[in-house]
Amino acid sequence: MMQKETDVAVIGGGPAGLAAAIEANKGGCSVTIIERDDGLGGILQQCIHPGFGLHEFKEELAGPEYAQRYIDMLGETKVDVMLGTMVLDMTPKKEILAINEQGVVKVQAKAIVLAMGCRERTRGAIKIPGYRPTGVYTAGTAQRFVNIEGFMPGTRYVILGSGDIGMIMARRLTWEGAKVEAVVEIMSYPSGLIRNKVQCLDDFGIPLYLSHTVVRVHGKDRVTGITIARVDENWKMVPGTEIFFSCDTLLLSVGLIPENEVSRKAGIRLARTNGPEVNQFLQTNVEGVFACGNVLQVHDLVDNVAIEAKRAGAMAAMYATGIRLPSINSPDAVPLVAGRGIGYVLPIKVNTGVDLALASRIGPVNVSLRVKRPVDDVYVRVKNGAKEVYKKFFKHLRPSEMVIFELSAAALNAIDKAQPIEAYLEPKPAKELSEAKVA
Amino acid sequence: MLYDFAIIGAGVTGTAIARELSKYKVSAIVIEKLSDVACETSKANSGIIHAGYDAPSGSWKAKMNVRSNPLYDDICKELYIPFRRLGSLVVALAGQGTDYIEELYQHGVERDIPVEIIKELSQIKKMEPNITDDVEVVLHAPTAGVISPFTLAIALAENANINGVEFVFNAPVQAIENMGKFFIVDTPGKSFQARAIINASGLFADEISRMAGDESFKITPRKGEYILLDKMGDYVRKVLFPVPTKKSKGILVSPTVDGNVFLGPNARDQDSKLDNSTSLHGLDEVIEGGRKLIPRIPLVESITNFAGLRAVSSTNDFIIGESKVTPKLFQAAGIQSPGLSSCLGIAEEVVDAVKASGIELKLKENFNPTREKPIVFAELPWSERDALAQWNKQFGHIICRCETVTEGEIVQAIRRPVGARTVDGVKFRTRVGMGRCQGGFCTPRVIKILARELGVEEDEIVKREPSTKYFFGETKEFRQPRAASVNGSEVARP
Ligand SMILES: Cc1cc2nc3c(=O)[nH]c(=O)nc-3n(C[C@H](O)[C@H](O)[C@H](O)COP(=O)(O)OP(=O)(O)OC[C@H]3O[C@@H](n4cnc5c(N)ncnc54)[C@H](O)[C@@H]3O)c2cc1C
Ligand SMILES: Cc1cc2nc3c(=O)[nH]c(=O)nc-3n(C[C@H](O)[C@H](O)[C@H](O)COP(=O)(O)OP(=O)(O)OC[C@H]3O[C@@H](n4cnc5c(N)ncnc54)[C@H](O)[C@@H]3O)c2cc1C
Repeated sequence: MMQKETDVAVIGGGPAGLAAAIEANKGGCSVTIIERDDGLGGILQQCIHPGFGLHEFKEELAGPEYAQRYIDMLGETKVDVMLGTMVLDMTPKKEILAINEQGVVKVQAKAIVLAMGCRERTRGAIKIPGYRPTGVYTAGTAQRFVNIEGFMPGTRYVILGSGDIGMIMARRLTWEGAKVEAVVEIMSYPSGLIRNKVQCLDDFGIPLYLSHTVVRVHGKDRVTGITIARVDENWKMVPGTEIFFSCDTLLLSVGLIPENEVSRKAGIRLARTNGPEVNQFLQTNVEGVFACGNVLQVHDLVDNVAIEAKRAGAMAAMYATGIRLPSINSPDAVPLVAGRGIGYVLPIKVNTGVDLALASRIGPVNVSLRVKRPVDDVYVRVKNGAKEVYKKFFKHLRPSEMVIFELSAAALNAIDKAQPIEAYLEPKPAKELSEAKVA
Repeated sequence: MLYDFAIIGAGVTGTAIARELSKYKVSAIVIEKLSDVACETSKANSGIIHAGYDAPSGSWKAKMNVRSNPLYDDICKELYIPFRRLGSLVVALAGQGTDYIEELYQHGVERDIPVEIIKELSQIKKMEPNITDDVEVVLHAPTAGVISPFTLAIALAENANINGVEFVFNAPVQAIENMGKFFIVDTPGKSFQARAIINASGLFADEISRMAGDESFKITPRKGEYILLDKMGDYVRKVLFPVPTKKSKGILVSPTVDGNVFLGPNARDQDSKLDNSTSLHGLDEVIEGGRKLIPRIPLVESITNFAGLRAVSSTNDFIIGESKVTPKLFQAAGIQSPGLSSCLGIAEEVVDAVKASGIELKLKENFNPTREKPIVFAELPWSERDALAQWNKQFGHIICRCETVTEGEIVQAIRRPVGARTVDGVKFRTRVGMGRCQGGFCTPRVIKILARELGVEEDEIVKREPSTKYFFGETKEFRQPRAASVNGSEVARP
């Protein structure tokens, strides 16, 4: 059994893990990345479309190009990388047990960054009836087949779910000469980014059926067709609205779930996002264990992943060098709750009364949230009792676009810990709106 | 070659008979329509080894179940089949009365099966904390157990094969000619000659029987649908039955032997023997039934749904023994529930019928009752995992992240006797792809390993039958370079 000690262990070598590792290394720590694949870059390796790093590098890079920038940066550090090594277990004492082709590896870390990314939801998770033939794939699996293995999983497709991966695959498959008959979405609005709807569906004349879902998979051996139908507000199928598409493949792009097996084993509490509960230091309930990237919350932009991950890396380095960060379990940690119109908000708790020197070293705190459904002309407000913590107007907000804003150290220090902090939406009064129009 | 026996069908019944016959000095072949063992009813059922109090007294079902139940401990040890006697509860809700429970209790007493009636709510809740508060009385049967039905069939087949029984797959029997001293069994690719036929063809047993000249019964399919949930610790501890209806034992909630939880099955008669699709209303029915027993069952943990077809015979009982019309045709037909719980006894009964028909069977001296123990990485302690990976690095390479299955286990599943030839074959032998991501992560990797081990191209690998291909050619980018490498010239990529 190989044994190893490191200041900071980073589990996962996708964009989150890479950014966190580089940052932790800057903080003066020895760092080890443990990655189960044979290469770094995570999900980006199969995302060969452009659209990465626009904010960070002011360029539209393809996924692998973006990853390469970070891999190059990593090359200039002394970060140790263990590839082909899968973490299977982790203890609250920060002992990691992993396996690779040489045997079992035991890594004792002072701090850990969780960066395991997420997985796709499957057919079973959403109860699609019918047969169980070949030809039903999650969009990400199909993406891997096409972009990495070089095989076409079908010739005629129906795609369920208008998530980004599904829409990107619709375009990719069309380019490959396949026919995408329809993209079907149970919600009344597309669940991915608008830019993807325009560039991947509209530009190719691929119809998007909103408020529809798949009600039957046909074909015992291979998919021979898909029946979709309209749904009502309660997502119940409306009889008589069935449409049949003859096709050989059904792709599912119905959501991503953080990869949280290993976190569970270490006793890490999970939030509604299915990712770990964290405070503003991205620290979980197990002290010295931090989380970032898709394992914490599903991101749509890799730039935001990088920002979050750098912070996690910096925090882990501080912890590993002996600086105790306030705990989410402390009575000074005030819940930040999702109020009206908000799907979720992170961090789950905000520690108040943070030592001023520490607070200024850490800087402002990032809050991220998603709205429940598309809304126009609203304020995002954050209140602590009667006190206003944050208020900003938004013309459009969609669940597919994460809202990120900063709370200053000063604002946080003024928090009354007897009251929860609540984030909610408030429609802009009609009067203000009409005045704005006139003006 | 002229075989002593042709066994038609490789479900639990056919494989149990094959294994029982392999104890004797005989030549036998199992002829299976589909790509592997346990591809039909034997893979889609509740996986319960019933205690035996349920079926009507005097029926084959009752006799076979009671005889077989105690046999599972030894055979599961010999053949390394996971089996757990969790015990079962038949749950009568308020207002359903106690008559039924008492009748079953009587059966238990008459048949020498341990049973007890429990009325004390606190005692019931202690056994099954999440059970409905509506429960009035339960029948507890500690000898009921759960098993993986396909592992049972696979292990029986492997062991039969080690002891000389041959297997042929993708070979649907289309005609049987009775030549007097032997039969000719026709499949599309090949014909087989055998002195006796054993009919273990499940839903199609009436058709096989008719091909051999015996039209004395009919089989009709009755569908049962399921929802399978993720592993949930001990949220559900025992096999929970409701008070049944005429058609089925009702919708149960039960752990599987691997620690998942399932809801189902419902019961619907249908005409088609091929339609194993699930339906919206069927799944709703399953959910409704399940909630009657465990009201807060977390359906968000659902990972898949599926359906199986019961082979209901016109006698409404198992049909076992030599045909009265066609000598040397032995029936193991109408094996509906509790067929899984009964297959070991049925196999013994069929062999007895063979002997009674005048065929002489001589025991082998060198029968091997066991099979090589499969390595299951996920169940090993860390020290053994380490040693294993150092011995063979394929055991340090995780292919299925949900079930923690290594490349080494997949290679082992392919190379074993009656080994895996398909993605589902690997899945049912190793649990690859059975977890919460349902193969999203591992399928491309399993296809690669299968292709390498079998020496074929990746796009020739199938899920099950030849008609279940994964791919439709290559992407534009790959077409040229791969073609180029064949004739050796360099072609630039577009
Ligand atoms: C299909 C798709 C298209 C996208 N398109 C865009 C786009 O156009 N523009 C954009 O900006 N963003 C896009 N994104 C979003 C963004 O790129 C992702 O959110 C980002 O890649 C997430 O990074 P991550 O490091 O958290 O996760 P991942 O990239 O998933 O990396 C996680 C890593 O952890 C490893 N790992 C997991 N478990 C273990 C374990 N137990 N042991 C060892 N290693 C483990 C995995 O192998 C993986 O390498 C897209 C995302 C997807 C999925
Ligand atoms: C919903 C449901 C729940 C059940 N639950 C339980 C339970 O909990 N406990 C229990 O004890 N029992 C249960 N059963 C019953 C049990 O599953 C069956 O009794 C058992 O699997 C039957 O096995 P078999 O080998 O006879 O049939 P099968 O598994 O159907 O095998 C027959 C084989 O014959 C092959 N075949 C058919 N025609 C041909 C042909 N022409 N040529 C070649 N091969 C052919 C088929 O492909 C198939 O592989 C359940 C059944 C169902 C449907």
